[in-house]
Formats: sequence, structure tokens, C-alpha cells
Amino acid sequence: METVNYLNNGHGLKSWLLTKDHKRIALLYLVSITLFFVIGGFFAMLVRLELLTPAGDLLTAETYNKMFTMHGVVMVFFFLIPSIPAVLGNFLIPIMVGAKDLAFPRINLLSWYIYVVGGIFTLVAALSGGVDTGWTFYTPYSTAAANGHVITAALGVFITGFSSILTGLNFIVTVHRMRAPGLTWFRLPLFVWSHYATSLIMILGTPVIAITVLLVAAERGLHLGIFDPALGGDPVLFQHLFWFYSHPAVYIMILPAMGVISEIVQAFTRKNIFGYSFVAFSSLAIAIIGFLVWGHHIFVAGQSVYAGMVFSFLSFVVAIPSAIKVFNWTATIYKGSVSFDSPMLYAFGFIGLFTIGGLTGLFLAAMGLDIHVHDTYFVVAHFHYIMVGGAIMGYLGGLHYWWPKITGRLYPEGWAKFSALMIFSGFNLTFFPQFIAGYLGMPRRYHAYPPEFQVLNVASTLGASILAVGYVIPLVYFAYSMVAGEKSVNDPWGARGLEWEIPSPPPTENFTVSPVVTEGTHQYVHPSQEVGLA
Amino acid sequence: MPDAHHGEHFPGPIHQPPLVANLEAIQPHEFVHLPHHPKLQHHFDDMAQQIDASTLGMWVFLVTEIMFFGGLFAAYLVYRHASPEGFAEASHHLNVTWGAVNTIVLIVSSLTMALAVRSAQISAPPKTQVAWIAATMVLGAAFLGVKAIEYTDKFTHHLVPGPNFHWTGKHPQAAEIFYSLYFCMTGLHATHMVIGLGIMTVIGIMAWRRQFDADYYTPVEIAGLYWHFVDIVWIFLFPLLYLIGGHFTE
Repeated sequence: METVNYLNNGHGLKSWLLTKDHKRIALLYLVSITLFFVIGGFFAMLVRLELLTPAGDLLTAETYNKMFTMHGVVMVFFFLIPSIPAVLGNFLIPIMVGAKDLAFPRINLLSWYIYVVGGIFTLVAALSGGVDTGWTFYTPYSTAAANGHVITAALGVFITGFSSILTGLNFIVTVHRMRAPGLTWFRLPLFVWSHYATSLIMILGTPVIAITVLLVAAERGLHLGIFDPALGGDPVLFQHLFWFYSHPAVYIMILPAMGVISEIVQAFTRKNIFGYSFVAFSSLAIAIIGFLVWGHHIFVAGQSVYAGMVFSFLSFVVAIPSAIKVFNWTATIYKGSVSFDSPMLYAFGFIGLFTIGGLTGLFLAAMGLDIHVHDTYFVVAHFHYIMVGGAIMGYLGGLHYWWPKITGRLYPEGWAKFSALMIFSGFNLTFFPQFIAGYLGMPRRYHAYPPEFQVLNVASTLGASILAVGYVIPLVYFAYSMVAGEKSVNDPWGARGLEWEIPSPPPTENFTVSPVVTEGTHQYVHPSQEVGLA
Repeated sequence: MPDAHHGEHFPGPIHQPPLVANLEAIQPHEFVHLPHHPKLQHHFDDMAQQIDASTLGMWVFLVTEIMFFGGLFAAYLVYRHASPEGFAEASHHLNVTWGAVNTIVLIVSSLTMALAVRSAQISAPPKTQVAWIAATMVLGAAFLGVKAIEYTDKFTHHLVPGPNFHWTGKHPQAAEIFYSLYFCMTGLHATHMVIGLGIMTVIGIMAWRRQFDADYYTPVEIAGLYWHFVDIVWIFLFPLLYLIGGHFTE
């Protein structure tokens, strides 16, 4: 006999589109961000195909510019930023704090609709001719010169920003006001801490990008003069306002992934995290210091050298809390009872790739070196190591880890391991050569390049093909597992946490009454004692 | 036995004590409706939790609003620093009297708003509650009326940035930037006023339907928080845009 759960409690399109259940809204997001991931991936594919040969033979320069712009806009604003918070965070945070839902279920649904409307604007901009400004919309090019539908795309970004603001607001209020009795701050899963820090960035940063792109749209459409150099306006002011959000936005992408990795590492080493409070507070430190480093994007754009020195110093400082996390995960794995299930493979991948991405970030934070590699493929490789090697590895790891909880079904673990390895190797083959190409001086954002870079670019395109197959395999087996996967028990991993104590899939209300929590998550019996208990 | 259903790669449950003291919370269940306040939403434990959550939510939202306006204030700061004389010259063409009238209108509307919240808190009759809300709305509409007069005046004097902008003073470029900021800042503020009037309409209808009393007045209270916030933004806009014209010397 099947019990009532959130998936079978109500059928039909209306029961999904009007749902206020955080778990169903998470699935709405899962479907929509997957769609945008495929669209963004399509643009990336065209970019990589163009770069297979040195001559600009597949796409014209203008089309190529539109392809990398749309790739950036779609992947950053419509996939990476909502990915872990809106899917896994939405699903898990109420359960992890022992609540029946987020504090504002209707606002939660509203934020999905806002996301969809913003997405439609962006798709309209893409289909009606595209935008060629780069995802950064730099002025005065975007306001005075660029062809294409800058206003439509800017409004898409503006609108979807409110979706992220409302998600952050919902998480903050939920963590403050909805925690179950006994669930003190220091018993919270680290996943919740990292989402709390992420939400702070969402509510403090996103409004600034919203007003900034609105000003670009007003300058382009209504001929107001805010950044127009002809009036004595300052295009670098745009860059300051843009990066005031867009650098912290990198932490919106990586912090939730760090939360996922903290959970996975504990579950698959059967150990409580090494230095819980350091890992928890390092999330807040990243959120706070992350707001003070934006100037490292503007070293060569006419910023005062003294401001540059301060931003350079602070960019080194923000590496400290990130390093704390890496060291503490490593210390957690040390002498743990490590199992190599697919989520843990993603966690291993994350730790390695994030470390490379983070350390090359320090190269770029050093002003002298940044002048050498600025606007080269070195930068492209660096941020893809953070965003793809970090954020997407974390997202996929989390999706695998909680998939049995979300769907109540198991996925084929063999295929999962295989695709995790494909993604890891494909990723490195794609982006490591770009470090070399960039260091040798290959500039980014050109559709043609000197022939001596061809070997590196062919390797990169080959890696991207492997990566693409690696991403398609989980799509297939996740879809398969939803219909034909084996049923999962409440706790298929033997992990400890509130989400693993309730049924899989969870009932609509999660808990009958507020649970009275007696200890923190992942408090495992020492492996040597586990045998005796069983 | 759960292990029997298990894929060979999934380790399955290990024997650990549960994290919760009340096991009934985590058993499979049908949700039972317990008797409670009619306004209590299903996912809150009690009214105190619900009210706390709503109020905190509005405060957090206002923080995002500060950052939203903050971008504009930052731009204002940068450009006024770059051209203090140009900004003073441009500001001189704003009508201080209309600005002052609007400032008083908004401060009084904050008073009527506070009285609307108070009337709900002490379970005043719906007529009284609606009267204060209506008074607030009338003042808000008066503010927008004055704003419309000022905007019309700027249109007729070619002070709207763009191809038709015309400036006879010494700093035409700074003046155009000043008026770009003027229209962005006051326009965004006026948009917030319009949204505020919409919110007040809903709150007024709810008050008329006897929804608010000493036990339940959260919607009036958080609508009031929003209204006061929009007023405070104007308190900053008025001196920064209108009063710096006093520095202007021929």
C-alpha cells in the first residue's frame, strides 16, 4: 500500500502550478533550471565548435559574440545562481530546520513565477537577435553602441533578480523563526549555515545589480545620462556597481555547493565535521569579505592604484575562509570510514577542482600578474574551475545524495560513478588547457586566434564533448529512476540528519508536529563501535 | 526488513538512535488539523511565530530596498563629488516650495499611518481604522499630484534628459546628469508610492471587513513599515536634490 507523500498528494498540472509546498516548488525549479542548463550548454557548444579551428569559419564575429554572451547570461543568472538554493535549498531547508514549510510559501511560489518571467524575457532577447555585450553589459558599449536586444536581456536579469531576493528573504526568516525546539544554531546542518550566508548576499547584493541594469536600460531606452562619458558620466562607475553584486554572486554560486560538500563529506566518511564552528563561520566570513573585493575586476580599468592595492589585499584575505573549509573537509576525511559512492566522488572532485580554481584566483588577485593575464583564457579557466568544477560538481553531488529522498527512488549507482568520472576528466580536459593558452597570451572573446593555440583549443573542445556526454547520462538515468528505479528506504546512505528520519519521499507536511531535536546532524558512532551495534 | 529492498551499492541504514525526542513527529502520517486561531497558517506552530516571521520578513525586505536605492545614492555621491558647482546650479531649478510641501505631506501621512496601526492594535471600530488608512492614501495621492505638477514643469522647460534637454547655465553636462538622477530617484520613489497606495487599498478593504483587532493586526503593521520606509527615502531625497541649490552662486 502506498502512503501519502508530497508527490502523490494531488495530481494534474494545476496541483503543481499552484502548489505552495516547498518540495514541489523545488521540483518546478529543478525542471526549469535544467531547461536553461541545456540552452546555456547549447551556446557553449557553438563557442567550442567555432574555436576548434584558428580561423573564424563557423560563426561570424558578431554571432560568436552573441553566443558567449547568451551562454554567460543564461548560465549565470538562470542556472548557477538558482541551482542549489532554489532546488536543494528549497527542498531541504524546511526539513533540516524541522519545519513544515518555508516561512512564506506563497512568496516561494511567486519567486518561481518571477524567475520564469525573467527567463522568458531572456529567451525572447536570444531568439529575436541576441545580445553581444558579454554577460557583464559593460557601458558605454551596452548603452550606446551594441546591437541587439540589450534592454530585453537587461530586464530579464532585473526581473529574475527579484526571484533570488525573495528566495534569500524566505531562507533568512525561515532559519531565524522556524527552527524546531532544541535545534540551536550550532546543531544546524552546515548546509543550512551556508545557505544562510548565501541568502545574506542575495538580499544585500541583488538589489544593486537590479538598479544597475535598470539604469543601463533607462540610459539606452530613455536616453538618460548616468554612465555616458559625453556628459562627464563615468563608465567605470557602472563596473563598480556591477561587480559590487557580481563578485559576491560568485559566492552565491559556490557557498551552497560548499554546504552540500560539508554534508556529503560527513555522511560518506561517517565522521562529524572537523571544526564545525570554523566551517560554519567561514561561510559568514566569505559572505562578508566577499562584498569587499569587487575592485579586483577593475585593476586595469582606470581604478586608482591605491584602491587596487586594498582590493588586492582583501582578495587574498577572502581566500582564508575558503581554505579553512578545504582543510577541514580534508581533516574530516582523514581516518574516516570513507566510501566511494557517487556523491562522494563529486565531493572529491569538488575539493580538488575548487582548490585549483581558488589558487588561480589568488594569481588574479595579485595586481602585477593580473595585468599580464587580464582578459585572457586564464581568467576564463579560473572562473570555470570555480563555477563548473565547484558549483556544478556540488550541485550534481547534492542531487545524487538527496535524489532518493526527493523521489523515493534509487538511481543506478554504476552509471552514476561512470558519469561522475567522465565529468571530472572531461572538465579538466576542457579547462586546464585554457590556463596554458591564457598564460601564453590568448585573449578571451575572439572568434579567431593564431594557429599556435590550436592544439590547446582542440583539447579543450574534445574535453567539452566528453563533459557534455557526462552531463547527458545523469539526465537519462535520473529520468529512468523516477519511473523504474528501486524504492528507497528513509535513509539509504545510513546518514544522520532530520531529512533522513522522515519517509522518502516526505509527506506534504514533513513532520506531524514540530520535532524536538536532541543533537546535531552527522553525530556518528565511531566506526569501530558500529559493528558491535549492528 | 529494509535491507531486502536495497540496491547492492547503497549501504542502507546503520543502527543509530534518532535525532528527535518525540518520535511521533517523524512517523508517516496524515496531517491533523488542530484547533487554532483562524488566521494561523498551517505551517506555523502558533500566532507568535507567525507574527514574528512576517515582521522579520518585512524588515529584511526593507534592507533589500535600502540596497536598491543605495545604488542610486552611490551614483549621486560620485557625480556630486565630481561636479559640486554643476549640481548646485542644476538643483537651483527645482522648486523648493513644492518639495517642502511634499515633505510635510509625507510626514503627516506617516502620522496617519501610525494612527491606523494604533487603531487596529486597540481594536478600534473598522470605521476608525479605515478612516486613518484613507487619510494616509489621500496624502499619498496628494504627494503624487504635486510630483506630477513638477514633472510637467520640467517637461515644458526642457529639463528632461535626452535629445531635447536644454540648459543655459555654465554646466550643461553636470546638469543633465543631475536631472537623469533626479528622474531616476524621484521616479523610483514615486513608483514605490504607487505600490504603497495599492497595498493601502488592500489593507483598507481588509480593515472594512473587520479583519484586524488587538489579536491580529500584522498586515497593517508591516504595511506601515513599508509606508514609513518610503517616507524616509524622501526625507533623504529632498535635501540632496532640492536644498543643495542654496550653494548656487551666479
